[in-house]
Amino acid sequence: MLPWFLAALTLTVAVLTAFPLGRHLWQVFDDRPQPAWDPWLLPLETALLRWIGDRGQPAANAWAYLQPLLVANACFGGLAYVLLAFQPAWLNPLGWPGLRWDLALHTTLSFLTNTDQQHLVPEQSLGSFVQLGVIQFLMFVSAASGLAVGFAVIRGLCGLPLGNFHRQLVRSLTRVLIPGSLLLALLLLFCGVPMTLADPLRITTLEGGSQLLIRGPVALFEAIKQLGENGGGFYGANSAHPFENPNGLTNLVSTWAMVAIPAASIDAFGRFLGNRRQSTLLLLLVTALIAVGAAVAMAAEQGGNPALAAWLSGPNLEGKELRFGAGLTAFWAVLSTGSMTGAVNGAMDSMLPLSNLVALFNLFLQVLFGGQGIGIAYLLVFMVLAVFLTGLMVGRTPEFLGRKVEKAEVVWSSLILLIHPVFVLLPAALTMAGATDLAGISNPGPHGISQVVYEYASATANNGSGMEGLGDGSLWWNLSASLSLVGGRYLPIAALVLLADGYARKPALPPGPGTLATDTTLFTGVLAVVLLILGALTFFPVLALGPIADALVLAG
Amino acid sequence: MTSLPARTLFPRMPRGRRDQRRYTPRPRQKGLVRRAALQAFVKLDPRTVVANPVMFVVWCGTVVCLLATVRPDLFGDGAEASGRLFNALVSLTLLATLLFANFAEALAEGRGKAQADALRRTQARTQARLLDPAGGERLVDSSTLHKGDVVMVSAGDTIPADGEVIEGVASVDESAITGESAPVLKEAGSDVASSVTGGTRILSDQLTIRISADPGKGFIDRMIALVEGAERTKTPNEIALTVLLAVLTQVFLIAVATLPPMAAYLEEPTPVVTLVALLVALIPTTIGGLLSAIGIAGMDRVAQFNVIATSGRAVEACGDINTLVLDKTGTITLGNRLAEEFLAVGGHREAELAEVALAASCFDQTPEGKSIVRLAEQRGAVLPFAVERATGLDFSARTRMSGSDDPAGIEFRKGAVDAIKGFVRSRGGTVPDDLDGAYEQVSRLGGTPLAACRGNDILGVIYLKDIIKPGIRERFDQLRRMGIRTVMLTGDNPITAGVIAREAGVDDFIAEATPEDKIAVIDREQKLGKLVAMTGDGSNDAPALAQANVGVAMNSGTQAAKEAANMVDLDSDPTKLIDIVTIGKQLLITRGALTTFSLANDVAKYFAILPALFAGVGLGPLNLMGLASPQSAILSAMVFNALIIPALVPLALKGVEFRPLSADQLLRRNLLLYGLGGVISPFVGIKAIDLAIGALGLL
Repeated sequence: MLPWFLAALTLTVAVLTAFPLGRHLWQVFDDRPQPAWDPWLLPLETALLRWIGDRGQPAANAWAYLQPLLVANACFGGLAYVLLAFQPAWLNPLGWPGLRWDLALHTTLSFLTNTDQQHLVPEQSLGSFVQLGVIQFLMFVSAASGLAVGFAVIRGLCGLPLGNFHRQLVRSLTRVLIPGSLLLALLLLFCGVPMTLADPLRITTLEGGSQLLIRGPVALFEAIKQLGENGGGFYGANSAHPFENPNGLTNLVSTWAMVAIPAASIDAFGRFLGNRRQSTLLLLLVTALIAVGAAVAMAAEQGGNPALAAWLSGPNLEGKELRFGAGLTAFWAVLSTGSMTGAVNGAMDSMLPLSNLVALFNLFLQVLFGGQGIGIAYLLVFMVLAVFLTGLMVGRTPEFLGRKVEKAEVVWSSLILLIHPVFVLLPAALTMAGATDLAGISNPGPHGISQVVYEYASATANNGSGMEGLGDGSLWWNLSASLSLVGGRYLPIAALVLLADGYARKPALPPGPGTLATDTTLFTGVLAVVLLILGALTFFPVLALGPIADALVLAG
Repeated sequence: MTSLPARTLFPRMPRGRRDQRRYTPRPRQKGLVRRAALQAFVKLDPRTVVANPVMFVVWCGTVVCLLATVRPDLFGDGAEASGRLFNALVSLTLLATLLFANFAEALAEGRGKAQADALRRTQARTQARLLDPAGGERLVDSSTLHKGDVVMVSAGDTIPADGEVIEGVASVDESAITGESAPVLKEAGSDVASSVTGGTRILSDQLTIRISADPGKGFIDRMIALVEGAERTKTPNEIALTVLLAVLTQVFLIAVATLPPMAAYLEEPTPVVTLVALLVALIPTTIGGLLSAIGIAGMDRVAQFNVIATSGRAVEACGDINTLVLDKTGTITLGNRLAEEFLAVGGHREAELAEVALAASCFDQTPEGKSIVRLAEQRGAVLPFAVERATGLDFSARTRMSGSDDPAGIEFRKGAVDAIKGFVRSRGGTVPDDLDGAYEQVSRLGGTPLAACRGNDILGVIYLKDIIKPGIRERFDQLRRMGIRTVMLTGDNPITAGVIAREAGVDDFIAEATPEDKIAVIDREQKLGKLVAMTGDGSNDAPALAQANVGVAMNSGTQAAKEAANMVDLDSDPTKLIDIVTIGKQLLITRGALTTFSLANDVAKYFAILPALFAGVGLGPLNLMGLASPQSAILSAMVFNALIIPALVPLALKGVEFRPLSADQLLRRNLLLYGLGGVISPFVGIKAIDLAIGALGLL
């Protein structure tokens, strides 16, 4: 019972904290006065912007918004690539060699796109200063970029100008991510997470063997990893490692941190719109959907492996940390894949097919809280599509948030529908076509399909978790996953910004009894069905061949 | 209010549908289906199909399956030769899907074409008597007439082209375009009765007409082009929907194309024919096949209401209208106001007033004037002079009064109360104190007060009663539920206008309105982001008609009004605007309902085809419907997919039934019908077809 209670508690807390945090986000991105923050931060922010050479004027159009975003990301990425590929000694006291070009490229893009898919074992490849200065830096700016875009999209759809990218990026950092991470890091510190630049410890184990314990500035790293929905661990074992996630409390707080900001973004959307009913309904819908997924996965893991039922009873403990147990590991996995965090506190590969199914489903949808800023933006896109599909049935050109949904909106929204098939299914099929020499898949049968599809789904959705079990450090995996990372990040961002910009320019129409109201339980139900049909129907064949077939085989 | 039966005064469909009218050239219904069936094959031409991305995918799939029928081993996909029968059956079903979709479109087009042919018959070439500017007259073919030419027509002739009467008075039979047999009076200079349409027949006298349209650009030509669908361009919403359907098709194309390598990893063969079947089942063929038919049928429905729309865009815009700007007279009230009461003032007796009213109205031929005469005679009044020796004075907009002068020079006048006051004062008279009271009393009743005077003496007020059309209140209630605001424009004083507005149930009114007010109202509403529809007929309505999002001109109106409007109502019935709004909404709902239905179908199709395709991987338990065999399952899904198109053709052509409900109620209702229905019906249908295939022993 305890895992169920704790899971429900975590979700409830996430919903409750969404309201005050949402108010804060709204104030930050609507440039509202914040008396407690402004005296400290305004001069700093202004100075930073002046240093970049930006006067903070709102972007005149979509391109003027996108250009600084792309330039900034290119600069961050270029710098990070050089440092990762060469690992100069002053950043790297342990003297790890520079990364191979394709691995450096994949790692750079992975952290730049807020994905944090890792084809390397970080503590055995990267020095502490690299982790702190390069990886952690990318974690902050990639999350901030996502938040900036998310709120630009919200602003556009609510009829406001998109805003200025640099300004939003800076404010995301100074007022949301840095203070939030510092607070979270302090809490983790008290719970025993290390924060040090000291050298590794060499200890003697109980068996008398010798073990190198690598320490590092983990607490802050861990905080932004969870709060910024990054997910890339300081250690290869990620949150299953006791230095990242020492006890039950850190486990629950870390689970909450994954969904805190995306849930708050939904509430902030309602404040921008001036319609809290709308945002609260969305928040409840998303919470309900992810709760269903979590329940399926938790029930499956706690029920144990049906194929072993003849010999073993009890939960499926393969690949689980006993500190957390089967239930809360499954809960973590669902929230980690639903939000685009991708951190893991157990082995995804060892989970039962039903849990894999829920995880894959989350990745395909990308809105069950969803990525930093991108989650709410995707949710709004699905709303546009739902309004367009069903809105016709009330006998008017569909209207959403007081503006007509016409060709341009449909083009940009449906472009986002195409991203997943193109960047998940195509490379997965290519990999499978050359299965023997390329994939290095550790499992035959349906489970192998799940592993390959998962890798690309995780990259495209900018999640970063891995089912693993693939020889994924190879040239093919690094390059093909890099393509999915970039395609899954920047194409949707461009489409989202174009959609929002066009929307803001449309004439606003007053709502009336003849307009389709979206802040009703009826429409929320419609949205749920459209999410399931558009988000999942496309992937039903591949889900059937992967986890569903896997589950049916296990069940005998 | 009169007790006339509502049907005769205000039928649901003004003057009935075009094809039910006695005098309309009747479209040939015979052979419509046969011709559409023939067209369905002609439309298999890939150059035609490529315009519709969804159906083009089906077309390609058909070709692939046909090839696989001829040479089952062609694709080297492990499908053995025994699959030839199955491949042939799938190919046939796919072909049927294409043909059904083509048939739906051809049928919709055919109905328009038949109507166009009927119209064209009225357009037979005639000889026209062209008047040379230099003087003189020569016979030319009507098809050579150009804009600006002047022709002469006399009794029995067919008017050669659209034009403006510049001389003469004549009665014209316009039944060819309006379906109404009663002749219409046409005369020069009149604002509304001076335009004539090519193809109509002049019954008496003669007219000199200045041609206003170049050959092939006339009114009937436009009408033909429209109903025939020759100028059909996709409407904005249709384009947006096509984009979405194309993207969904690409998404499913990728989803299916990536299956073989994955299935190969599981050592499960994926025959090409089965993959094609899966693809065709998933892409939205139902809405893809019916989309253009829905659009054409929508235009056709408008035409059947005897309304000519200049574009499909206009019809679609009708569904979005937020505000209707309506003239009071003829739309909300019956055109004719009738005298109801005489209210004497200034110590005069009612009989005296009746006598003066009779005297002032004896030359008045308007329905109002006649009703005053009738009421006065009922009250026992007799003319105080001999009509032959008196002179009449017509109403004019400047004086706002009419009347007569008797042989002795006594002036009898009736008219707007202000105007009569001014008249009396100018003759040195005084205005009785109780006149304003009577004026207000009548206004409060919603009537029009007319003052009557003899010389400089005001005798009282004639109460003209406005009769609100029966049933109009209910229609405004419906409109309100649909979220449409109505604004009434009237020349009446504010009190009268307020009373009528309340009684008729309009949301807002503008009293003492001038034509400029129309533009002001439209402007104001449009600034609020609303879409406005209005009707009009006079030349001074033209700017407002052009400004409105949907402007409906009356056919009886001037050429200028008709050119400015984006629709012309051949029956000149302003109430029809409400019907046109309904048609626009119906068009959008039909499109949305079939799209939802089409997508909802996919759920069941997955459960039919996937377990059949991958039975070897252990997906057998997903066969929820318990279909007999993999081949039968796939074939059943395909047959359902094909048959659903003709099953929905009547719905696509007739349109989904529209009810004036709020958006929420409409959504709930249509979601249940087409969303839930779309999920459930294929489960039932596919199972039934599977049983039938089993019973026939087809596989």
